[in-house]
Amino acid sequence: MSNAAPNAPAPTAPPPVETLRIKVDGRDIDVPKTMPDWQGRPQPTTMLQACHLAGHEVPHYCYHPKLPVAGNCRMCLVEFGTPAMDMATRKPILNEDGSVKIARSVLPYEPQTPRGAIACATPISPGMEIYPSSPATKQMRESVLESLLINHPLDCPICDQAGECKLQESSVQHGQGASRFVEAKVHKPKAVDLGPRIVLDDERCVLCTRCVRFTKDIVGDDALGIVNRGSYNTISAFPGKAFDNNYTLNTVDLCPVGALTSKDFRFKMRVWFLKETRGICTSCATGCNITIGSREETVHRYEPRENDAVNGTWMCDSGRLNYRWIGRADRLRDVTAGGAKTTWKAAIDAIAGKLASAPAGSVAIVASARQTTEELYLVKKLATRLGAPTDSVPREGEADKLLVSADRNPNSNGARLTGISYTEAGIQLPRIADGIRNGTIRSLVVFGEDVTQHGIGADLLAKLELLVASDILPNATTAAAHHVLPGCAAAEKRGTFVNAKGRVQRFLKAVEPKGDARPEAEFLLELLAGVGAGQFPATAEGLFNRMAGEIPAFAGVEWARLGDAGANVAV
Amino acid sequence: MPQEYRLILKHADQPGYTPDLACYLRHGGYESLKKALATPGRDLPDGKKQTPREVVRDDVLKSGLRGRGGAGFSAGLKWSFVDRRGGKPIYLVCNADESEPGTFKDRQILHKDPHQLVEGMIISCWANDVKLAYIYIRGEMPHGARLLNKALEEARAAGFLGKNVLGSGHDIEIHVHRGAGAYICGEETGLIESLEGKRPYPRIKPPYFPAVLGLYMSPTIVNNVETLCHVVHVVRLGGAEYAKLGTPNNTGTRIVSLSGDVTKPGYFEVEVGKVTLGELINDPAFGGGLKTGRSLKAIIPGGSSSKVLKAGEKFKLRRKGADGQMTQVEVDLLDLPYDFDSLQQAGTMSGSGAIIVMDDTRDMVDTLANLSEFYAHESCGQCTPCREGALWMSKALHRLTTGGGRSADADYLRDIAQNIQGRTICAFGEAAAWPVLSFVKKFRDEFTARGQADEAARAKGLAKPGTHH
Ligand SMILES: Cc1cc2nc3c(=O)[nH]c(=O)nc-3n(C[C@H](O)[C@H](O)[C@H](O)COP(=O)(O)O)c2cc1C
Ligand code: SF4
Ligand code: SF4
Ligand code: SF4
Ligand code: FES
Repeated sequence: MSNAAPNAPAPTAPPPVETLRIKVDGRDIDVPKTMPDWQGRPQPTTMLQACHLAGHEVPHYCYHPKLPVAGNCRMCLVEFGTPAMDMATRKPILNEDGSVKIARSVLPYEPQTPRGAIACATPISPGMEIYPSSPATKQMRESVLESLLINHPLDCPICDQAGECKLQESSVQHGQGASRFVEAKVHKPKAVDLGPRIVLDDERCVLCTRCVRFTKDIVGDDALGIVNRGSYNTISAFPGKAFDNNYTLNTVDLCPVGALTSKDFRFKMRVWFLKETRGICTSCATGCNITIGSREETVHRYEPRENDAVNGTWMCDSGRLNYRWIGRADRLRDVTAGGAKTTWKAAIDAIAGKLASAPAGSVAIVASARQTTEELYLVKKLATRLGAPTDSVPREGEADKLLVSADRNPNSNGARLTGISYTEAGIQLPRIADGIRNGTIRSLVVFGEDVTQHGIGADLLAKLELLVASDILPNATTAAAHHVLPGCAAAEKRGTFVNAKGRVQRFLKAVEPKGDARPEAEFLLELLAGVGAGQFPATAEGLFNRMAGEIPAFAGVEWARLGDAGANVAV
Repeated sequence: MPQEYRLILKHADQPGYTPDLACYLRHGGYESLKKALATPGRDLPDGKKQTPREVVRDDVLKSGLRGRGGAGFSAGLKWSFVDRRGGKPIYLVCNADESEPGTFKDRQILHKDPHQLVEGMIISCWANDVKLAYIYIRGEMPHGARLLNKALEEARAAGFLGKNVLGSGHDIEIHVHRGAGAYICGEETGLIESLEGKRPYPRIKPPYFPAVLGLYMSPTIVNNVETLCHVVHVVRLGGAEYAKLGTPNNTGTRIVSLSGDVTKPGYFEVEVGKVTLGELINDPAFGGGLKTGRSLKAIIPGGSSSKVLKAGEKFKLRRKGADGQMTQVEVDLLDLPYDFDSLQQAGTMSGSGAIIVMDDTRDMVDTLANLSEFYAHESCGQCTPCREGALWMSKALHRLTTGGGRSADADYLRDIAQNIQGRTICAFGEAAAWPVLSFVKKFRDEFTARGQADEAARAKGLAKPGTHH
């Protein structure tokens, strides 16, 4: 499994899993007696989980594996039976062929009518038979769906959820063609401004309470609730209070219909046009797994991607919305020398020449803990060749209880493991500043940071003989640089980050870099060759594997084995 | 001659009987509590020992006492399900939400003899190791709440309640909690949520059986007001003696709320199963018959949620003969004994003990529309079939009563109701569906005729505008 730590000793014998034999749609299957609940604690396996193991997805709206079970939508009702018992002898009743007789569950007051159970909350029992495809199950499902649709506005053509809507999906799979509802629909508030990032259409809401449970039980902010009664039930925030915590946008992902929409994404794009790429959020050291939605080289949204070892199925709003800068008009597009546009070849040749001839100890490198581990590895190679001191820039904020890490760099551990920075990142920066001040350091190479904000002011930069700045957006350092090398956002390249807990996670390229910009690893390879530091693999995979073979913490880890979920290393 | 048998309401309506402690004590009040606390433990034939508490619980089981709140479930059995090993506190909750249309019996106790309930609760608390109990009283009964609070204060001052009850070493406290006007707060798990300060959304079972995961996720007993009062008499008489009241498996007395088209509506306490529906309606001791010139059309026998019975209906009841053999007997509607089992066998229920009588002047479509409006208004809206179905049925019935009917509406209504019953979180689904299912089935012609008349009017261009859509 890709989830397992590869360098941990292989477990000798897996603990035996206690199983129960049941039948799903007539087929025998052994399922574990317990399975993880929403908090990952072992609980009696539910019918829904058992059906899943048997390859049958029971349709559901309110159930979500990471939320407490509510059991309110009734979409998952399934017909079932249990072994018939002789009340007197307390022994199972047998059929003529000796098999155990199954008593189908029926309404106690109407024994000719099957009684379903909600698969999401009903535990299995030995010998149980579940009939997720029986006519009775289908009838229950259809009728629930019909009820959900009678008051639904059916404005799919203008709904943001269209294409991702569970109601649409189910209607196609389980719905009846024509509605027999001839009464007037219930009308509810439309376009409710729920909070700074969320708009709610109460008419589309199916009252599954996923949003309510998420904000109450996962975030700990009891911000949403239901007002009114019965069919008039309406999701609402407290009157006069905005739904505004750092996780509100997860409710948009959770909402099975188009009731909750993101102001950021609303009406921007039909979802089926989006290309999806597996990425990692760069806004803090948690490294939430994300899916990047892009179209024609523009990133349109981030969504959380499930990884139980990191972020479950959530991400914070600030991380999610921190993508617009990728498309900023002032992105660095040109390679420049002395402010004039030049070519990569000319620039690398010039820089390599100056660095190669620089006296040992006269060069310093400030890298960024926002760079990929592979880039940091290459930067370290350059530093070693040049005898240059290195460091990265710390970026601290406040941690919260759910996901956000106090470390706002995505790869501080990558910087540590590659030897770019020490346990306390940034501790070398004053020494580098001193070196420039007293003239020992005469060349400075900076990656992705504005060092003027971190103790190396414009006055010091002005003293340098050589200032090379590789960055994505213009800043005071790139403005002062002799050479500017335009780099890439994470979404524009492939690589890995090592998160705060030591999870190595890879991300893939979603969009092309802007202008002449290139992934830093590419020009670092050229620079290394230019200063005679040797040859390195040209791909992210090759680089990663080479690095893993060299740095003890990565021993045994391979790019291919990282998979989508990553692997743990000791940090 | 059928007669009332007043056990619970023995004193309540006597001239000069007041709801204060002194009066209750003058009439033998709190003697059952003293008797319970003095109960000795006992050795069972199989060598096991029963603690005094177990003896009393056993007595309640043997008394055959069945819940008077609606479902008629054995009180002793309910108490036996309580998780006593988990180490969590056990709570007792008295359901005084009495909101089932047609029902007005608990309020007689609450308003006239609150100490009887308090005594029943203290005994039940003691017998079940409960230290903290609540009375959840319907919001529209503020006077009852005041009387209860006063009774609790008096009981506390007299040492029946609070620390070290009557020197027994047991601490018991009871608090009154007022509802805010929602029928669903009478459903026991909705009640528990409400008591916890939340919206009264009934809980899913499994896993939230009150006996295990009730109030504050602790084992909880929820019993009706009348049920808890009966505990006083079970203790006083002894379980076996109590079980002689009423009929086998339908023991004791119960208070019947009689309303609708009878000359003498009111509440009557009778031995369970010893009086028939017909006697309750027609006997001078009870309803006193219909108004002159009227004939019986239908009876709702156990609160508005129970399935309606039609005049002239006959039922097949299973009867245990003296030889122990089961036989089947055919019984006319009016000869149905008013007890749990007979009404269940007649395809309905005795529910909250509320009988609503309808004579031939009643229009069944209008009546059902009225009932359905109640359920549409009271559905908590948590689960899809009830939330959408209850209002759907009510809208259809409104249409049918205002000129927008269709001849197919009987089937339309039946189909909607069929899709609610048995598929919801709580029994409100049945409560909303059963009136519709039974009315439409038993009075189908009236529904069809209405629809046909409307269709004919529309065909002639006579349809009243604006009746639907
Ligand atoms: C919709 C609904 C409303 C109810 N309302 C009441 C009520 O007002 N009073 C009551 O005692 N029981 C009511 N019940 C029954 C309770 O859920 C519960 O069964 C009862 O209080 C248990 O007490 P008992 O066993 O003593 O009857 C209601 C049930 C449902 C489904
Ligand atoms: S807004 Fe969406 S998530 Fe929230 S209850 Fe409605 S349908 Fe469910
Ligand atoms: S918690 Fe951190 S990694 Fe996760 S989304 Fe927020 S900023 Fe990004
Ligand atoms: S059945 Fe009706 S009242 Fe009961 S939980 Fe469902 S919606 Fe609420
Ligand atoms: S998924 Fe909603 S009730 Fe099971």
